[in-house]
Amino acid sequence: MDHASIDAAHAAHTLADPLRRRLYEYVAAADDDVSRGEAADALGVQRTLAAHHLDKLAEAGLLEVTRRKVNGREGPGSGRPAKLYRRADRELSLHLPPRDYALAARVLAEAVERHGAEEALHAAAREEGRRIGAAAGRDAALPDLLRDRGYEPEPAGEALRLRNCPFHSLARAFPPLACGLNLELLRGVLEGRGEDGSRARMDPAEGRCCVTVSKNNED
Amino acid sequence: MSASTPASTPAPTGADAAHHLAQINLGLLKAELDDPSMRGFTDQLEPVNALADRSPGFVWRLIEQGESDATRLRPFGPNTIINFSVWTDVDSLWDFTYRTDHLDLLRRRRTWFERMDGVLVALWWIPAGTIPTVEEAGRKLDLLREIGPSPEAFTLRTPFPPPASHPQHA
Repeated sequence: MDHASIDAAHAAHTLADPLRRRLYEYVAAADDDVSRGEAADALGVQRTLAAHHLDKLAEAGLLEVTRRKVNGREGPGSGRPAKLYRRADRELSLHLPPRDYALAARVLAEAVERHGAEEALHAAAREEGRRIGAAAGRDAALPDLLRDRGYEPEPAGEALRLRNCPFHSLARAFPPLACGLNLELLRGVLEGRGEDGSRARMDPAEGRCCVTVSKNNED
Repeated sequence: MSASTPASTPAPTGADAAHHLAQINLGLLKAELDDPSMRGFTDQLEPVNALADRSPGFVWRLIEQGESDATRLRPFGPNTIINFSVWTDVDSLWDFTYRTDHLDLLRRRRTWFERMDGVLVALWWIPAGTIPTVEEAGRKLDLLREIGPSPEAFTLRTPFPPPASHPQHA
């Protein structure tokens, strides 16, 4: 097993504790860096317990730690800088035995590009999205469905903004292909639920998914 | 050449004051630009070019005299249009290419452009303040075809840093 796989196994083990997982999800969903006190208050647990688990998450590479004085005071008597946590900007996937789907995805993307087969890719992605949407049905709220699939949706005015790209590595290497695939997939999901697929539209920006979903059909 | 960035503006991350990044890309048209099937592309030309012009790190792009773009210049063949521009650094070009409305044009490129074999895009470093020529661009495309990405000619997927040099006004 290579180091990445060992890391992923460690991370999976670390997240097996329910409180630790809830702490991780809380920090991952936060817009800003989170202090121990904030995390403890949000989950209704003791600060020392929250601190213990946050540090375990940091040790496993799931969270990053920064230190900053948060009360705005400087100089002697202003105290030590607070330890703040944020989600680590890295990807972990656990396959036992190891499987390298990311490599396969890059090779497939290269082949699609060489062959100019974007239209076939878009059609296949749309169909896959429809299957996902139809299987989930309309019982699950759209934000929940998108959250389960790793998009980390958050309301942004009259739209759902997606804070995470589930295809991040591929999207860095093949932006038009991966973002096109993603857009068609999401349009298909909406259609599979009996909704208007055009609510999903390209809206690229740094640090989030390139697709935004409007809340209504009139956008 | 109209450098859009005042000299006092801090250089973006990864920029080298002595060098700018030239880029050329080719597109083989499925139909002439006045064909109705090309509307989705031609309607976006002006807004996306305007977006490029005001994007951070934009320095220059080729424009035909008396026109607003270079789509009628066809140095690489009658059906091949070119996009030829200069940026301060790779990150600026990447952000414009993939993190703006330009991405949507790229996503739909098969609607308007034929698949082409071989190298369609080339990037290379030029001395800041100079304008690259079409002949130079052709040589860079050839070089990429011959030896693959190198410091002399590369792609956004395999970028190279600017040549080692001392800043001009150090």
